[in-house]
Amino acid sequence: MKKGYYGTFGGQFVPELLMPPLIELEKAYRDILPSKPFQDELGALLRDYVGRPSPLYRCPNLSRRLGFDLWLKREDLNHSGAHKINNTMGQGLLTRHMGKRVLLAETGAGQHGVATATAAAMLGLDCVVYMGAVDVHRQSLNVKRMELMGATVHPVESGTKTLKDATNAALRHWIAEQRDTHYCIGSVVGPHPFPALVRDLQAVISKEARAQFLEATGALPDYVVACCGGGSNAMGAFHHFIPDASVKLVAVEAGGSGEPGCHHSAAIGKGTPGVLHGMHTELIQTADGQIEPSHSIAAGLDYPGVGPEHAWLAESGRAHYGLVHDADALDAFKVLSREEGIIPALESSHALAWVLRHHDEIPAGATVMVCLSGRGDKDLDIMQEMGLL
Amino acid sequence: MNESRLEQRIRAAMAKGRKALIPFLPAGYPDLERFWDELAALDAGGADIIEIGVPFSDPVADGPVVERASLHCLELGVSLAWIIAELKKRRASIGAEIVLMGYMNPFLQYGFERLAADAADAGVAGLIIPDLPYEEAMDVKRTLGARGIDLVYLVGLNTEGERLAMYAADAAGFAYFVSVLGTTGVRETLPEEITAKLAAAKKTFRVPLALGFGIKTPEQLAAYGDDLDAVVFGSALIRHIEEGGTAAEFMRRWA
Repeated sequence: MKKGYYGTFGGQFVPELLMPPLIELEKAYRDILPSKPFQDELGALLRDYVGRPSPLYRCPNLSRRLGFDLWLKREDLNHSGAHKINNTMGQGLLTRHMGKRVLLAETGAGQHGVATATAAAMLGLDCVVYMGAVDVHRQSLNVKRMELMGATVHPVESGTKTLKDATNAALRHWIAEQRDTHYCIGSVVGPHPFPALVRDLQAVISKEARAQFLEATGALPDYVVACCGGGSNAMGAFHHFIPDASVKLVAVEAGGSGEPGCHHSAAIGKGTPGVLHGMHTELIQTADGQIEPSHSIAAGLDYPGVGPEHAWLAESGRAHYGLVHDADALDAFKVLSREEGIIPALESSHALAWVLRHHDEIPAGATVMVCLSGRGDKDLDIMQEMGLL
Repeated sequence: MNESRLEQRIRAAMAKGRKALIPFLPAGYPDLERFWDELAALDAGGADIIEIGVPFSDPVADGPVVERASLHCLELGVSLAWIIAELKKRRASIGAEIVLMGYMNPFLQYGFERLAADAADAGVAGLIIPDLPYEEAMDVKRTLGARGIDLVYLVGLNTEGERLAMYAADAAGFAYFVSVLGTTGVRETLPEEITAKLAAAKKTFRVPLALGFGIKTPEQLAAYGDDLDAVVFGSALIRHIEEGGTAAEFMRRWA
């Protein structure tokens, strides 16, 4: 009767009060999501509103310098500036098909909150967003964006006042308001069926990229590299390449400052298995099972857990999980801006930094795809404040 | 199979024409020493079963009062190992049955085989794990059961039909009926639909039925008559202690 497992990871560790809405969502995931009318409607929205397919772009200057072909999957060019909208448009549309009228979301730095508010405004749904009080202050511009699009943003004052606590607050809100509210979770995390649902909605990234590679080069890429916090852009970038054994999959976790004992967000690299937010997965925790604060210079990677399918891909060896420290991510941020005229999100900069750091291991003439999950404009204010520009 | 100690204890209260009283207090609250004094006072004040809260950093089923108290206890250094060791020293002096209530992860990290053995040794009669629904509960229930510890299930206003029957068929000790679609915390009034839902649950469960979440005063329970066998209170007790009161005073309202 256990459901939603990837090896020993996944499951449904939630209060009984959340099982009825999860069962309702499982049914929608099984019956509505794959249906032709739904897929046609979603496909049209992704094309006309989000701007898909996103380009697959070969970086001419960096490729010359590195001696192999560096390709970017340009999720940064999506409406609202990141891959997050692939998920929120899908879940928003599903919400409408389920006959609910409110979209509920948690958000860290605010990217998923903005993407949810965007989808809600466009689809005529109400929108409620929980955001840690610390993040509300750090990312006031994103709060304004959400409010402009009609969302109600609730600052969360409990615990560490960041993403993990915003997620707790959203789960609590969902318990109380489940009748007319859908919880639009922001990554491939949470109880079943969320990890599968969000993966399927983000899989459009690898579905397009696989076809684009075959068309542009006549072959599949040698590497697919993506940053990994909760892991939704990585899961989306990997999904359709998983059966292609020749394609190396690399997910890059945030290693924090790199000083001994520093806070980080490397749930797979440095974590242990446990249960948080409804799932059994790799977590950053104490030996007693208390969740520890995570840290990354990239707010979107700052989460003490990871999607259960990633924990499984790591354990099975199908994907490699690498680590990049803050300084290398900053370096990559500047390199891509300067060399190619593309300002990447600090999150995506981790993926690029892994490629730059490991360039001597990558054979000359190889093809490497980096999922450029978001654009970096959002990071400029905070970077300037930190004296990093 | 031996009859459940939790069930026996609730039935003994019922036989005296009253509802069993089940106070909840987070381990180490309000401080490491006073916790055990308050526990003794709850016991002396008429508690039939005492729920000791095992604190967790991310308590999704709890409202602000229990969450604040739990995080306070974590700062004091409370761990599951500490709870079990200290309880073992004092168990002989406590008359009430003891239940540990806490989230899955601290129990999981302790290890359920080891937990079942150590908790049984410390005289624990049951566990309540709010983030462990039926689908995930089987292995845990079997491991605990082998040591005579009940895994107590929670059901609520939206647990209906087949799911209610599924829980009822497998219930041990008592069933914990959550009074609101929400988190723990005092409510002035309870939802009207409880009456009908409790009656349905009472018909379905063989084990006694306890009502919890949001309970503040004995008067709130008058409406439910014999459909209710026991009552759990947590946030109201914590608030009473936060405001300078004692467990002994609190129990006088109820006993």
